[in-house]
Amino acid sequence: MDTTIPAPGKKTNRIGLEHTLYRGGKTTLCAGCGHNAISERIIDAFFEMGIDPKQVIKLSGIGCSSKSPAYFLGTSHGFNSVHGRMPSVGTGAVLANRKLIAIGVSGDGDTGAIGIGQFVHLMRRNVPLIYIIEDNGCYGLTKGQFSPTADVGSKLKTGVVNDLTPIDTCALAIELGASFVARSFSGDKKQLLSILKASLSHRGTALIDVISPCVTFNDHEGSTKSYAYVKDHDEPLGEVSFVPFFDDISIEYDPGTTTQVQMHDGSKLYLKKMAEDYDPTDKLNAVRTIHETSRRGEFATGVLYIEPDKPDFLELLNIVDEPLATLPTERVRPGREVLTEIMDSLR
Amino acid sequence: MSPSDVAVRDTDVPSAPRRIVNDFSIQVATVNGSGSQTANLVLLRSIFQMGVPVSGKNMFPSNIAGLPTWYTIRANQHGYISRKKELDFLVAMNPETAREDVLSLEAGAAVLYDEPLKLSALRDDLVFYPVPFDKIVAEVCKDAKLRRLVKNMIYDGVLSRLLHVDLGQMEHALRRQLGKKTRAIELNLAALEAGDKYALDHLVKRDPYWIEPSDRTTGMILVEGNVAGALGCMMAGVSVVAWYPITPSSSLPEALIAFMKKYRIDKETGKATYAIVQAEDEIASIGMVIGAGWAGARAMTSTSGPGISLMSEFAGLAYYAEVPGVVWNIQRVGPSTGLPTRTAQGDILSTALLSHGDTRQIMLLPSSPEECYTMAMEAFDLAERFQTLVFVLSDLDLGMNTWMSKPFSYPEGPLDRGKVLDQETLNRLGEWGRYRDVDGDGIPYRTIPGTGGPAYFTRGSGHNEKGQYSERPDDYVHNMERLARKFDSAKDYVPKPILAGDLDSDIAIVGYGSSHWAIEESRDQLLREVGASTAYMRLRAYPFTEELEAFIDHHQRIYVVEQNRDAQMLSLMRLALSAERGAKLRKVLHYNGLPIDARSITDEILAQEGIPRPAHAGASEALLAGKD
Repeated sequence: MDTTIPAPGKKTNRIGLEHTLYRGGKTTLCAGCGHNAISERIIDAFFEMGIDPKQVIKLSGIGCSSKSPAYFLGTSHGFNSVHGRMPSVGTGAVLANRKLIAIGVSGDGDTGAIGIGQFVHLMRRNVPLIYIIEDNGCYGLTKGQFSPTADVGSKLKTGVVNDLTPIDTCALAIELGASFVARSFSGDKKQLLSILKASLSHRGTALIDVISPCVTFNDHEGSTKSYAYVKDHDEPLGEVSFVPFFDDISIEYDPGTTTQVQMHDGSKLYLKKMAEDYDPTDKLNAVRTIHETSRRGEFATGVLYIEPDKPDFLELLNIVDEPLATLPTERVRPGREVLTEIMDSLR
Repeated sequence: MSPSDVAVRDTDVPSAPRRIVNDFSIQVATVNGSGSQTANLVLLRSIFQMGVPVSGKNMFPSNIAGLPTWYTIRANQHGYISRKKELDFLVAMNPETAREDVLSLEAGAAVLYDEPLKLSALRDDLVFYPVPFDKIVAEVCKDAKLRRLVKNMIYDGVLSRLLHVDLGQMEHALRRQLGKKTRAIELNLAALEAGDKYALDHLVKRDPYWIEPSDRTTGMILVEGNVAGALGCMMAGVSVVAWYPITPSSSLPEALIAFMKKYRIDKETGKATYAIVQAEDEIASIGMVIGAGWAGARAMTSTSGPGISLMSEFAGLAYYAEVPGVVWNIQRVGPSTGLPTRTAQGDILSTALLSHGDTRQIMLLPSSPEECYTMAMEAFDLAERFQTLVFVLSDLDLGMNTWMSKPFSYPEGPLDRGKVLDQETLNRLGEWGRYRDVDGDGIPYRTIPGTGGPAYFTRGSGHNEKGQYSERPDDYVHNMERLARKFDSAKDYVPKPILAGDLDSDIAIVGYGSSHWAIEESRDQLLREVGASTAYMRLRAYPFTEELEAFIDHHQRIYVVEQNRDAQMLSLMRLALSAERGAKLRKVLHYNGLPIDARSITDEILAQEGIPRPAHAGASEALLAGKD
């Protein structure tokens, strides 16, 4: 159903750029780290969507996940900022230049612990930014401590068992008013790619929580974020297919088994229902589904919730169409008569 | 509790009333939330409109309603506008503080009070004017619910008669204060007139204080430093603002919002040429500023000490990643549960060295609303020129109190957007490196995301001059030395100190910020009272410039006046100076939460100089004139 994967031999995308231009530096993460697979899918998604890397900014906090923006889109500006504070840096950058396409990469500690405050307010504001959580349930860069997304009963290599309730970032985001919430698995190439492409068509914040096993500290028996465990407990809500606005393709689908969502830029998202009757625009049902699958010890994956027409933060602020950063002086410095008027009012 | 550390007047007050014209202070003691601010500003403004220099200092509690508050208005023919330590005229409206307020006055002062408080029995060396406020307000305001708000205007009416403040000027000031609120104007005017009439019918003037028309305020404006700063930011072309409410800073972004809504809306589209965000905290505020500055916008935030502490980590990142932004620090006393509504210059060291590791932050030190306005623009130019945060250190006294000022000038010349790589420069350089010192001033060329220039990956200190990740010792040292060089280069760009006074004198004073006005007055006191002439250097920025060393070399004893306990600026100077120069510095400190006053400075310098305090010191100039 997904027809946007380029045919073999096709060298350039719709803006004439080659796939290699979307690559970044060599990864310094562990071999087999789920994060590397996510970087690959980001490269594919931006290439296939024909996004100009010069218009992209890559943002991150601190942690293994936050290193990864150096490993994709090497010709885009990147900012590896402060632990847990990527949302504010991203917000400022997007306010400065609304033409930028912002992708932020965070981790489960960077988001769920130190960064939970900024995460909460980013979701509330619906700032146009793709927010990826590379979620492995532990702190890799500091050698394996639990993070707030670790499941109850999950065991560290040292034998320590987590007994605190995890934060479900997707359920939380929906509650906070997020307008695009998805969960995927770094090992599910097809689903993750479709979700990433859909997120590039979304206006507002797109939250994608990607379960991404840590091969070094959290891939053993007893962990609920290991490859083996996630493969066994991944429960896709449906097959996710995405048709971008620039592809003149009409897909035949059965409204009884497939939901079509019209994205803000005209792209179409097709969600073929599998296990159950799932409507991704139904907020309450989305939250209930997340909790029910979680109670069974499983991960509901796919596009969990979407509200394509929710106004984003830029619209709420009613800012001009041009980037604020490059407005000429005459548009940002009021004239002499303004100063005179203000001085007169103070006499 | 009394807000005033009243000076003791050594002279006996003569019994015969003399005229002390345009040289006294009035303190109004009320309850927070009782609407006294309108009455106080009307009084301040009407004296100003009569051509007499004035200043207003609000001493308010950290509270919305119910706790005591004091407002001090100083009228001074000579233009001294710092706080006057001695109080001459008390308006006692608050039963809770009235007794202590009266007991702390000096002999000869006058007290206008709410009659039921029966204050006249407390002292026999003061002039008392009882006024039955409740009775008068009941006659002019039929609606009992509104009486509380109108009552204060009655003391303006009484003062108008007693001090000879023109009632027409009061009416004028009242109308501009209340704008188009017709009903409120009517009620308040009635109260004003009733107060005036009561004084005419029932009070006989026995105090010596008079306001006479003068010409010392022609063309001047009245403005708070925060409003002036906001105006400067708008004129600097700020386009992204992120802030979090905190006293005494909030009125700056709030004034900015009001200005921007009015003057920064695109006429054709009706859309804003700016974004202002009330963030979730100060960490998010500075994060947004750094994101926006990195993406090429002129971005700012405004906060106070507690917010500065929270911004510490990000401030270090901006220093190392070299991202521009402007941060206002409207200093106040202490932490959240300190004295958040009292003034201090207590964040000098913490701001100068803000963050971990080796960091130096550029600071600007405005002394007046006019400098809040001009330094706002200089701050943005410096931030973009040096690709770093620039901190503007104001304080509660400067930011929130009402100051007389010359009107501001329209900025001449273009904005300095700093070293942004363009095609021409790229051609000249051949190869570009984000952190390469091409021009020898430590300032590299940057590119702005989304504008087509070569990209780089921004991180803290772990990078080489191409902006690539590096943990190599030589790359790190190379970068640190360049950053130090860059900070040194800022000396040529920051506002230079201002020199004044007798440059051959042994005694010299160094001061900065809102202390300036008390220092100026103190220097006159020192000259008048003991014949000591002084040299004066007013610092306006950090890093210090070469003028400071020359000044220290030229004088023997240098008094550094500041409003903190630990002599923070003096310490910062010692970090930058030789031990020999540093040894010449002496502390003059004021840190009780009230704005610094001249008498405190003068007394401290006299004590350290070993000069006995003259007997008449502390008496007002006019009083002295009356005795001669």
